[in-house]
Amino acid sequence: MTSRRAFLKAGFATLGGSVHTRSAWSAELLPGELPAGARASAQLYALPGKLPLIKKTFHPPNFETPTHYFDQLYTRNDAFFVRYHLSNIPQQSAASWRLQVAGEGIDKPYALSLDELKTQFEAVEFPALCLCSGNRRGLFQPHVPGVEWGPGAMGNARWKGARLREVLARAGVGKLALEVAFDGADSAPLAATPDFMKSLPIWKAMDENTLIAYEMNGAALPHWNGFPARIVVPGWTATYWIKHLNAINVLATPFENFWTKTAYRIPKNKFPLVERFASQESEANTPITEMVVNSLITNIEPGAQFKLGQMIEVRGIAWDGGYGVNVVETSADGGATWRAAQLEADAGRFSWRQWRAEVRAERIGAITLMARASNRIGATQTLELMHNPAGYHHNVVQRLTVSVI
Amino acid sequence: MSWRRAAAGAAALAVALAALAQESSIDLAAGVGKDKVVAYCSSCHSLDYIQMNSPFPDRKLWEAEVNKMIKVFGAPIPPGEIGAMVDYLTKHYGR
Repeated sequence: MTSRRAFLKAGFATLGGSVHTRSAWSAELLPGELPAGARASAQLYALPGKLPLIKKTFHPPNFETPTHYFDQLYTRNDAFFVRYHLSNIPQQSAASWRLQVAGEGIDKPYALSLDELKTQFEAVEFPALCLCSGNRRGLFQPHVPGVEWGPGAMGNARWKGARLREVLARAGVGKLALEVAFDGADSAPLAATPDFMKSLPIWKAMDENTLIAYEMNGAALPHWNGFPARIVVPGWTATYWIKHLNAINVLATPFENFWTKTAYRIPKNKFPLVERFASQESEANTPITEMVVNSLITNIEPGAQFKLGQMIEVRGIAWDGGYGVNVVETSADGGATWRAAQLEADAGRFSWRQWRAEVRAERIGAITLMARASNRIGATQTLELMHNPAGYHHNVVQRLTVSVI
Repeated sequence: MSWRRAAAGAAALAVALAALAQESSIDLAAGVGKDKVVAYCSSCHSLDYIQMNSPFPDRKLWEAEVNKMIKVFGAPIPPGEIGAMVDYLTKHYGR
Protein backbone atom coordinates (compact mmCIF):
# COMPACT_ATOMS: atom_id res chain seq x y z
CA MET A 1 0.00 0.00 0.00
CA THR A 2 2.72 2.44 0.97
CA SER A 3 4.68 1.90 -2.18
CA ARG A 4 1.61 2.37 -4.29
CA ARG A 5 0.82 5.63 -2.55
CA ALA A 6 4.38 6.76 -3.05
CA PHE A 7 4.14 5.85 -6.71
CA LEU A 8 0.97 7.88 -7.12
CA LYS A 9 2.56 10.85 -5.42
CA ALA A 10 5.50 10.57 -7.77
CA GLY A 11 3.01 10.58 -10.61
CA PHE A 12 1.60 13.85 -9.36
CA ALA A 13 5.06 15.34 -9.10
CA THR A 14 5.95 14.53 -12.69
CA LEU A 15 2.65 15.98 -13.90
CA GLY A 16 1.85 13.42 -16.49
CA GLY A 17 5.35 12.94 -17.77
CA SER A 18 5.29 9.17 -17.68
CA VAL A 19 4.75 7.39 -20.94
CA HIS A 20 2.40 4.47 -21.05
CA THR A 21 3.67 1.55 -23.01
CA ARG A 22 0.76 -0.37 -24.34
CA SER A 23 0.32 -3.27 -26.63
CA ALA A 24 -1.35 -2.33 -29.88
CA TRP A 25 -4.53 -0.34 -29.63
CA SER A 26 -7.43 -2.04 -31.28
CA ALA A 27 -11.00 -1.16 -32.06
CA GLU A 28 -11.96 -3.84 -29.53
CA LEU A 29 -11.16 -1.28 -26.83
CA LEU A 30 -13.83 1.10 -28.14
CA PRO A 31 -17.14 1.09 -26.25
CA GLY A 32 -19.48 -1.52 -27.66
CA GLU A 33 -22.36 0.94 -27.50
CA LEU A 34 -20.90 3.10 -30.29
CA PRO A 35 -22.60 3.03 -33.69
CA ALA A 36 -21.08 0.21 -35.77
CA GLY A 37 -19.85 2.75 -38.30
CA ALA A 38 -18.08 4.74 -35.61
CA ARG A 39 -16.25 1.63 -34.47
CA ALA A 40 -15.33 0.64 -38.03
CA SER A 41 -14.06 4.08 -39.08
CA ALA A 42 -12.00 4.77 -35.94
CA GLN A 43 -8.25 4.38 -36.09
CA LEU A 44 -5.21 5.62 -34.22
CA TYR A 45 -3.70 8.56 -36.06
CA ALA A 46 -1.15 11.20 -35.07
CA LEU A 47 -1.80 14.79 -36.11
CA PRO A 48 1.42 16.84 -36.40
CA GLY A 49 2.72 17.38 -32.87
CA LYS A 50 0.32 14.88 -31.33
CA LEU A 51 0.62 11.29 -30.21
CA PRO A 52 -1.60 8.78 -31.99
CA LEU A 53 -5.15 9.50 -30.84
CA ILE A 54 -8.48 7.93 -31.75
CA LYS A 55 -9.55 9.45 -35.05
CA LYS A 56 -13.22 10.28 -35.27
CA THR A 57 -12.98 12.57 -38.31
CA PHE A 58 -10.01 13.93 -40.28
CA HIS A 59 -11.44 17.31 -41.16
CA PRO A 60 -12.53 19.18 -39.31
CA PRO A 61 -10.16 17.23 -37.05
CA ASN A 62 -11.85 15.41 -34.20
CA PHE A 63 -9.63 13.08 -32.18
CA GLU A 64 -10.23 11.56 -28.78
CA THR A 65 -7.79 10.53 -26.10
CA PRO A 66 -7.39 6.80 -25.34
CA THR A 67 -8.54 6.06 -21.79
CA HIS A 68 -5.16 4.97 -20.44
CA TYR A 69 -3.87 8.56 -20.67
CA PHE A 70 -6.47 9.50 -18.05
CA ASP A 71 -4.80 7.28 -15.44
CA GLN A 72 -2.92 10.32 -14.12
CA LEU A 73 -3.83 13.70 -12.73
CA TYR A 74 -2.95 15.81 -15.76
CA THR A 75 -3.43 14.91 -19.38
CA ARG A 76 -0.34 15.26 -21.57
CA ASN A 77 -0.57 18.11 -24.06
CA ASP A 78 0.36 15.81 -26.92
CA ALA A 79 -2.40 13.38 -25.94
CA PHE A 80 -5.03 16.06 -25.31
CA PHE A 81 -8.20 15.65 -27.39
CA VAL A 82 -8.83 17.72 -30.52
CA ARG A 83 -12.22 19.10 -31.47
CA TYR A 84 -13.12 21.51 -34.29
CA HIS A 85 -16.36 22.44 -36.00
CA LEU A 86 -14.83 24.16 -39.02
CA SER A 87 -11.92 22.96 -41.10
CA ASN A 88 -9.87 26.07 -41.96
CA ILE A 89 -7.48 26.25 -39.04
CA PRO A 90 -4.72 28.75 -39.75
CA GLN A 91 -1.41 28.42 -37.95
CA GLN A 92 -1.12 31.44 -35.68
CA SER A 93 2.09 33.43 -35.32
CA ALA A 94 3.00 34.43 -31.77
CA ALA A 95 4.66 37.58 -33.11
CA SER A 96 1.81 38.84 -35.26
CA TRP A 97 -1.16 37.57 -33.25
CA ARG A 98 -3.47 40.29 -31.95
CA LEU A 99 -6.48 40.13 -29.68
CA GLN A 100 -9.11 42.76 -30.46
CA VAL A 101 -11.35 43.93 -27.62
CA ALA A 102 -14.40 45.84 -28.84
CA GLY A 103 -18.17 46.13 -28.68
CA GLU A 104 -20.95 48.47 -27.61
CA GLY A 105 -20.64 47.30 -24.00
CA ILE A 106 -17.21 48.89 -23.50
CA ASP A 107 -15.83 52.41 -23.56
CA LYS A 108 -12.41 52.03 -25.21
CA PRO A 109 -11.70 49.36 -27.86
CA TYR A 110 -8.10 48.22 -27.95
CA ALA A 111 -5.82 45.41 -29.10
CA LEU A 112 -3.24 43.27 -27.34
CA SER A 113 -0.20 41.40 -28.57
CA LEU A 114 0.67 38.05 -27.02
CA ASP A 115 3.59 39.62 -25.22
CA GLU A 116 1.34 42.31 -23.78
CA LEU A 117 -1.21 39.72 -22.68
CA LYS A 118 1.52 37.82 -20.84
CA THR A 119 3.28 40.79 -19.24
CA GLN A 120 0.64 43.44 -18.58
CA PHE A 121 -1.81 41.29 -16.64
CA GLU A 122 -1.30 39.11 -13.61
CA ALA A 123 -0.60 35.51 -14.64
CA VAL A 124 -2.75 33.02 -12.78
CA GLU A 125 -2.58 29.23 -13.02
CA PHE A 126 -4.81 26.41 -11.82
CA PRO A 127 -6.04 23.01 -12.99
CA ALA A 128 -9.33 22.61 -14.80
CA LEU A 129 -11.06 19.90 -16.73
CA CYS A 130 -11.79 20.69 -20.38
CA LEU A 131 -14.70 18.46 -21.42
CA CYS A 132 -16.59 18.45 -24.70
CA SER A 133 -20.35 18.87 -24.23
CA GLY A 134 -20.88 15.83 -26.43
CA ASN A 135 -18.40 13.56 -24.68
CA ARG A 136 -19.87 10.00 -24.78
CA ARG A 137 -22.51 11.06 -27.33
CA GLY A 138 -21.74 7.81 -29.15
CA LEU A 139 -23.10 5.88 -26.17
CA PHE A 140 -26.57 7.39 -26.49
CA GLN A 141 -29.45 4.98 -27.06
CA PRO A 142 -31.20 5.75 -29.27
CA HIS A 143 -28.22 7.22 -31.12
CA VAL A 144 -28.21 10.90 -32.03
CA PRO A 145 -26.25 12.35 -34.98
CA GLY A 146 -23.02 14.23 -34.42
CA VAL A 147 -19.44 13.35 -33.58
CA GLU A 148 -19.88 9.91 -32.04
CA TRP A 149 -17.55 10.40 -29.11
CA GLY A 150 -16.55 7.70 -26.70
CA PRO A 151 -15.29 8.76 -23.26
CA GLY A 152 -12.13 10.55 -24.41
CA ALA A 153 -13.24 14.04 -25.50
CA MET A 154 -11.81 15.55 -22.34
CA GLY A 155 -8.57 16.34 -20.57
CA ASN A 156 -7.38 17.81 -17.28
CA ALA A 157 -4.64 20.43 -17.44
CA ARG A 158 -3.08 23.30 -15.54
CA TRP A 159 -4.07 26.46 -17.41
CA LYS A 160 -2.08 29.66 -17.12
CA GLY A 161 -3.23 33.00 -18.39
CA ALA A 162 -4.71 36.40 -17.70
CA ARG A 163 -8.09 36.90 -16.08
CA LEU A 164 -10.62 37.84 -18.73
CA ARG A 165 -12.14 40.40 -16.40
CA GLU A 166 -8.88 42.33 -16.20
CA VAL A 167 -8.59 42.44 -19.97
CA LEU A 168 -12.18 43.65 -20.15
CA ALA A 169 -11.69 46.18 -17.35
CA ARG A 170 -8.97 47.92 -19.34
CA ALA A 171 -11.58 48.55 -22.05
CA GLY A 172 -14.01 49.95 -19.49
CA VAL A 173 -17.04 47.68 -19.17
CA GLY A 174 -20.19 49.79 -19.20
CA LYS A 175 -23.68 49.24 -17.83
CA LEU A 176 -24.93 48.07 -21.21
CA ALA A 177 -22.78 44.93 -21.17
CA LEU A 178 -24.98 41.81 -21.29
CA GLU A 179 -22.87 39.11 -22.96
CA VAL A 180 -19.26 38.77 -24.04
CA ALA A 181 -18.73 37.08 -27.40
CA PHE A 182 -15.56 35.34 -28.57
CA ASP A 183 -14.20 34.53 -31.99
CA GLY A 184 -11.25 32.37 -32.93
CA ALA A 185 -9.15 32.22 -36.08
CA ASP A 186 -10.73 29.02 -37.39
CA SER A 187 -13.34 29.37 -40.12
CA ALA A 188 -15.40 27.37 -42.58
CA PRO A 189 -14.58 26.66 -46.23
CA LEU A 190 -17.89 28.23 -47.23
CA ALA A 191 -18.59 31.88 -46.48
CA ALA A 192 -22.24 30.93 -45.94
CA THR A 193 -21.44 28.68 -42.96
CA PRO A 194 -21.91 30.36 -39.58
CA ASP A 195 -18.54 31.06 -38.01
CA PHE A 196 -17.92 29.24 -34.74
CA MET A 197 -18.37 31.84 -32.03
CA LYS A 198 -19.70 31.70 -28.48
CA SER A 199 -20.78 34.19 -25.90
CA LEU A 200 -20.85 34.11 -22.10
CA PRO A 201 -23.15 36.01 -19.77
CA ILE A 202 -21.32 39.08 -18.48
CA TRP A 203 -21.29 37.73 -14.90
CA LYS A 204 -19.45 34.59 -16.02
CA ALA A 205 -17.02 36.58 -18.17
CA MET A 206 -16.24 38.68 -15.08
CA ASP A 207 -15.74 35.61 -12.86
CA GLU A 208 -12.25 35.56 -11.37
CA ASN A 209 -11.68 32.05 -12.73
CA THR A 210 -12.45 32.78 -16.38
CA LEU A 211 -9.13 33.07 -18.18
CA ILE A 212 -7.51 33.92 -21.47
CA ALA A 213 -5.00 31.05 -21.25
CA TYR A 214 -1.71 30.91 -23.12
CA GLU A 215 -0.15 27.90 -21.39
CA MET A 216 -1.28 24.42 -20.48
CA ASN A 217 0.75 22.16 -18.24
CA GLY A 218 3.64 24.61 -18.29
CA ALA A 219 4.00 24.83 -22.06
CA ALA A 220 2.53 26.93 -24.86
CA LEU A 221 -0.84 25.68 -26.06
CA PRO A 222 -0.45 23.10 -28.83
CA HIS A 223 -1.71 24.33 -32.19
CA TRP A 224 -4.58 21.81 -32.03
CA ASN A 225 -5.63 23.10 -28.61
CA GLY A 226 -5.80 26.76 -29.51
CA PHE A 227 -2.36 28.35 -29.87
CA PRO A 228 -1.57 31.01 -28.91
CA ALA A 229 -4.51 31.71 -26.56
CA ARG A 230 -7.92 30.34 -25.71
CA ILE A 231 -10.75 31.07 -23.34
CA VAL A 232 -10.90 28.84 -20.26
CA VAL A 233 -14.24 28.67 -18.45
CA PRO A 234 -13.67 26.33 -15.51
CA GLY A 235 -16.68 24.20 -14.68
CA TRP A 236 -18.43 24.88 -17.97
CA THR A 237 -18.24 22.57 -20.97
CA ALA A 238 -15.55 23.14 -23.58
CA THR A 239 -17.84 24.70 -26.18
CA TYR A 240 -17.13 28.05 -24.49
CA TRP A 241 -13.35 27.54 -24.44
CA ILE A 242 -12.79 29.31 -27.78
CA LYS A 243 -9.45 28.37 -29.35
CA HIS A 244 -7.10 30.65 -31.34
CA LEU A 245 -8.93 33.54 -29.72
CA ASN A 246 -8.57 36.72 -31.73
CA ALA A 247 -11.60 38.85 -30.94
CA ILE A 248 -13.70 39.70 -27.91
CA ASN A 249 -16.90 41.64 -28.40
CA VAL A 250 -18.87 42.96 -25.41
CA LEU A 251 -22.53 42.94 -26.40
CA ALA A 252 -25.56 44.85 -25.15
CA THR A 253 -28.02 42.38 -26.69
CA PRO A 254 -28.19 38.56 -26.83
CA PHE A 255 -25.72 37.09 -29.31
CA GLU A 256 -27.40 35.89 -32.50
CA ASN A 257 -24.68 33.52 -33.78
CA PHE A 258 -25.96 30.03 -34.64
CA TRP A 259 -23.54 28.20 -32.36
CA THR A 260 -24.74 30.22 -29.38
CA LYS A 261 -28.39 30.93 -30.18
CA THR A 262 -29.38 27.57 -31.66
CA ALA A 263 -26.69 24.95 -31.05
CA TYR A 264 -25.37 23.62 -27.74
CA ARG A 265 -28.81 23.61 -26.17
CA ILE A 266 -30.35 21.31 -23.59
CA PRO A 267 -34.00 20.95 -22.59
CA LYS A 268 -34.99 23.27 -19.78
CA ASN A 269 -35.33 21.82 -16.28
CA LYS A 270 -34.02 18.39 -17.23
CA PHE A 271 -30.58 18.54 -15.67
CA PRO A 272 -29.72 19.60 -12.13
CA LEU A 273 -27.77 22.71 -13.08
CA VAL A 274 -27.15 25.74 -10.92
CA GLU A 275 -25.44 28.22 -13.25
CA ARG A 276 -27.71 29.51 -16.00
CA PHE A 277 -27.25 31.66 -19.07
CA ALA A 278 -30.51 33.57 -18.70
CA SER A 279 -30.23 35.98 -21.62
CA GLN A 280 -29.98 33.04 -24.05
CA GLU A 281 -32.81 30.94 -22.64
CA SER A 282 -35.86 30.26 -24.79
CA GLU A 283 -39.19 28.68 -23.95
CA ALA A 284 -37.98 25.26 -25.02
CA ASN A 285 -34.33 25.11 -24.14
CA THR A 286 -31.34 26.66 -22.49
CA PRO A 287 -27.62 26.81 -23.31
CA ILE A 288 -25.55 24.00 -21.87
CA THR A 289 -23.46 25.47 -19.06
CA GLU A 290 -21.73 23.60 -16.25
CA MET A 291 -20.62 19.98 -16.38
CA VAL A 292 -22.66 17.31 -14.62
CA VAL A 293 -21.09 14.98 -12.05
CA ASN A 294 -19.35 12.03 -13.67
CA SER A 295 -16.55 9.47 -13.37
CA LEU A 296 -14.45 7.06 -15.38
CA ILE A 297 -12.38 3.96 -14.59
CA THR A 298 -8.93 4.62 -16.01
CA ASN A 299 -6.68 1.62 -15.38
CA ILE A 300 -8.71 -1.31 -16.68
CA GLU A 301 -9.65 -1.99 -20.28
CA PRO A 302 -12.86 -3.80 -21.26
CA GLY A 303 -12.34 -7.56 -21.31
CA ALA A 304 -9.32 -7.51 -19.00
CA GLN A 305 -8.64 -10.82 -17.27
CA PHE A 306 -7.99 -11.41 -13.58
CA LYS A 307 -7.22 -14.53 -11.57
CA LEU A 308 -9.66 -15.99 -9.08
CA GLY A 309 -9.01 -14.63 -5.60
CA GLN A 310 -6.90 -11.76 -6.86
CA MET A 311 -7.34 -8.24 -5.53
CA ILE A 312 -8.24 -5.99 -8.44
CA GLU A 313 -7.10 -2.42 -8.08
CA VAL A 314 -9.59 -0.07 -9.69
CA ARG A 315 -8.42 3.47 -10.33
CA GLY A 316 -10.33 6.31 -11.84
CA ILE A 317 -11.25 9.95 -12.00
CA ALA A 318 -14.37 11.89 -11.03
CA TRP A 319 -15.48 15.44 -11.69
CA ASP A 320 -18.33 17.92 -11.73
CA GLY A 321 -18.98 21.56 -12.58
CA GLY A 322 -16.82 22.91 -9.78
CA TYR A 323 -18.72 22.11 -6.58
CA GLY A 324 -16.35 19.29 -5.72
CA VAL A 325 -16.68 15.52 -5.86
CA ASN A 326 -16.93 14.21 -2.31
CA VAL A 327 -18.01 10.59 -2.77
CA VAL A 328 -17.07 7.88 -5.26
CA GLU A 329 -18.53 4.41 -4.81
CA THR A 330 -17.60 1.30 -6.72
CA SER A 331 -19.43 -1.93 -7.35
CA ALA A 332 -18.06 -5.25 -8.57
CA ASP A 333 -21.40 -7.02 -8.77
CA GLY A 334 -23.26 -5.00 -11.36
CA GLY A 335 -24.59 -2.47 -8.88
CA ALA A 336 -26.06 -4.79 -6.22
CA THR A 337 -23.63 -3.56 -3.57
CA TRP A 338 -21.48 -0.45 -3.40
CA ARG A 339 -18.38 0.47 -1.41
CA ALA A 340 -16.75 3.86 -0.96
CA ALA A 341 -13.56 4.39 -2.94
CA GLN A 342 -10.59 6.25 -1.55
CA LEU A 343 -10.30 9.80 -2.89
CA GLU A 344 -6.84 11.04 -3.76
CA ALA A 345 -5.59 14.57 -3.07
CA ASP A 346 -7.87 17.41 -4.12
CA ALA A 347 -6.07 19.41 -6.84
CA GLY A 348 -8.74 22.10 -6.95
CA ARG A 349 -12.45 22.26 -7.49
CA PHE A 350 -12.23 22.53 -11.28
CA SER A 351 -9.83 19.59 -11.63
CA TRP A 352 -10.96 16.02 -11.85
CA ARG A 353 -10.20 14.03 -8.73
CA GLN A 354 -8.45 10.69 -8.76
CA TRP A 355 -9.73 7.77 -6.70
CA ARG A 356 -8.92 4.14 -6.12
CA ALA A 357 -10.56 1.04 -4.75
CA GLU A 358 -9.79 -2.64 -4.40
CA VAL A 359 -12.18 -5.45 -5.10
CA ARG A 360 -11.58 -9.18 -4.83
CA ALA A 361 -12.16 -11.42 -7.83
CA GLU A 362 -14.47 -13.78 -5.95
CA ARG A 363 -15.94 -15.98 -8.63
CA ILE A 364 -15.03 -17.23 -12.08
CA GLY A 365 -16.74 -15.60 -15.03
CA ALA A 366 -17.69 -12.13 -16.17
CA ILE A 367 -17.98 -9.42 -13.54
CA THR A 368 -19.16 -5.87 -14.04
CA LEU A 369 -17.20 -3.05 -12.43
CA MET A 370 -19.02 0.22 -11.86
CA ALA A 371 -18.16 3.61 -10.40
CA ARG A 372 -20.55 6.31 -9.26
CA ALA A 373 -19.57 9.82 -8.19
CA SER A 374 -21.50 12.36 -6.16
CA ASN A 375 -20.68 15.96 -5.35
CA ARG A 376 -20.96 18.41 -2.48
CA ILE A 377 -24.31 19.76 -3.61
CA GLY A 378 -25.88 16.31 -3.59
CA ALA A 379 -25.86 15.53 -7.32
CA THR A 380 -24.97 12.02 -8.40
CA GLN A 381 -24.55 10.10 -11.63
CA THR A 382 -27.60 8.56 -13.23
CA LEU A 383 -28.30 4.91 -13.97
CA GLU A 384 -30.69 5.81 -16.77
CA LEU A 385 -29.64 8.08 -19.63
CA MET A 386 -31.08 11.61 -19.58
CA HIS A 387 -31.72 11.57 -23.30
CA ASN A 388 -31.65 14.89 -25.14
CA PRO A 389 -31.63 15.70 -28.87
CA ALA A 390 -28.04 16.85 -29.20
CA GLY A 391 -26.46 14.15 -27.06
CA TYR A 392 -25.05 16.16 -24.16
CA HIS A 393 -24.34 15.47 -20.48
CA HIS A 394 -23.97 11.69 -20.69
CA ASN A 395 -23.20 10.75 -17.11
CA VAL A 396 -24.66 7.27 -16.91
CA VAL A 397 -22.74 5.08 -14.47
CA GLN A 398 -20.09 3.18 -16.43
CA ARG A 399 -20.39 -0.62 -16.64
CA LEU A 400 -17.02 -2.21 -17.36
CA THR A 401 -17.08 -5.96 -17.89
CA VAL A 402 -13.95 -7.96 -17.14
CA SER A 403 -13.41 -11.67 -16.66
CA VAL A 404 -12.12 -13.75 -13.79
CA ILE A 405 -10.38 -16.98 -14.75
CA MET B 1 -20.95 39.96 -37.73
CA SER B 2 -18.08 41.55 -39.54
CA TRP B 3 -15.44 41.26 -36.83
CA ARG B 4 -14.14 37.96 -38.07
CA ARG B 5 -12.06 36.22 -40.70
CA ALA B 6 -9.26 38.72 -40.20
CA ALA B 7 -6.64 36.03 -40.51
CA ALA B 8 -8.07 33.72 -43.15
CA GLY B 9 -5.18 34.07 -45.54
CA ALA B 10 -3.02 31.81 -47.63
CA ALA B 11 -1.54 30.09 -44.60
CA ALA B 12 -4.99 28.94 -43.65
CA LEU B 13 -4.89 25.62 -45.39
CA ALA B 14 -1.39 24.48 -44.54
CA VAL B 15 -2.23 22.92 -41.20
CA ALA B 16 -5.87 22.23 -41.87
CA LEU B 17 -4.99 19.97 -44.75
CA ALA B 18 -2.18 18.13 -43.03
CA ALA B 19 -4.35 15.07 -42.63
CA LEU B 20 -5.61 14.98 -46.17
CA ALA B 21 -3.23 12.35 -47.43
CA GLN B 22 -4.63 9.87 -44.94
CA GLU B 23 -8.14 11.12 -45.43
CA SER B 24 -8.08 10.34 -49.15
CA SER B 25 -8.09 6.65 -48.23
CA ILE B 26 -11.71 6.98 -47.08
CA ASP B 27 -13.83 5.28 -49.69
CA LEU B 28 -17.57 5.19 -49.41
CA ALA B 29 -19.60 2.23 -50.62
CA ALA B 30 -20.13 2.01 -54.37
CA GLY B 31 -23.63 2.83 -55.51
CA VAL B 32 -25.94 5.19 -57.33
CA GLY B 33 -25.60 8.69 -55.91
CA LYS B 34 -22.13 8.20 -54.46
CA ASP B 35 -20.64 10.78 -56.85
CA LYS B 36 -23.03 13.45 -55.64
CA VAL B 37 -22.45 12.64 -51.97
CA VAL B 38 -18.69 12.71 -52.38
CA ALA B 39 -18.75 15.96 -54.35
CA TYR B 40 -21.09 17.95 -52.14
CA CYS B 41 -20.19 16.63 -48.69
CA SER B 42 -16.42 16.55 -48.98
CA SER B 43 -16.14 20.21 -49.89
CA CYS B 44 -16.60 21.01 -46.20
CA HIS B 45 -15.86 17.84 -44.23
CA SER B 46 -14.25 14.46 -44.55
CA LEU B 47 -16.44 11.53 -45.48
CA ASP B 48 -15.82 9.71 -42.22
CA TYR B 49 -18.62 11.89 -40.79
CA ILE B 50 -20.96 9.70 -42.83
CA GLN B 51 -19.36 6.41 -41.81
CA MET B 52 -19.24 7.42 -38.15
CA ASN B 53 -22.97 8.22 -38.13
CA SER B 54 -24.05 4.85 -39.48
CA PRO B 55 -26.04 2.73 -39.71
CA PHE B 56 -28.55 4.13 -37.23
CA PRO B 57 -30.13 7.00 -39.25
CA ASP B 58 -33.34 6.18 -41.07
CA ARG B 59 -34.32 7.99 -44.25
CA LYS B 60 -35.99 10.78 -42.34
CA LEU B 61 -32.86 11.47 -40.32
CA TRP B 62 -30.53 11.44 -43.35
CA GLU B 63 -32.93 13.81 -45.09
CA ALA B 64 -32.86 16.10 -42.06
CA GLU B 65 -29.05 16.01 -42.03
CA VAL B 66 -28.77 16.93 -45.72
CA ASN B 67 -31.27 19.73 -45.27
CA LYS B 68 -29.39 21.00 -42.21
CA MET B 69 -26.23 21.20 -44.29
CA ILE B 70 -28.10 23.30 -46.86
CA LYS B 71 -30.19 25.52 -44.62
CA VAL B 72 -27.90 26.01 -41.64
CA PHE B 73 -24.42 25.59 -43.08
CA GLY B 74 -25.02 26.94 -46.55
CA ALA B 75 -24.06 23.88 -48.62
CA PRO B 76 -24.74 24.71 -52.29
CA ILE B 77 -26.68 21.53 -53.03
CA PRO B 78 -29.31 21.99 -55.77
CA PRO B 79 -32.78 20.90 -54.61
CA GLY B 80 -32.93 18.38 -57.45
CA GLU B 81 -29.92 16.46 -56.05
CA ILE B 82 -31.21 15.99 -52.52
CA GLY B 83 -33.33 12.94 -53.27
CA ALA B 84 -30.49 10.99 -54.87
CA MET B 85 -28.16 11.82 -52.00
CA VAL B 86 -30.70 10.77 -49.37
CA ASP B 87 -31.38 7.56 -51.28
CA TYR B 88 -27.69 6.72 -51.31
CA LEU B 89 -27.10 7.59 -47.65
CA THR B 90 -30.14 5.60 -46.51
CA LYS B 91 -29.27 2.54 -48.58
CA HIS B 92 -25.59 2.33 -47.64
CA TYR B 93 -25.35 4.18 -44.30
CA GLY B 94 -28.83 3.96 -42.87
CA ARG B 95 -31.58 1.58 -41.93
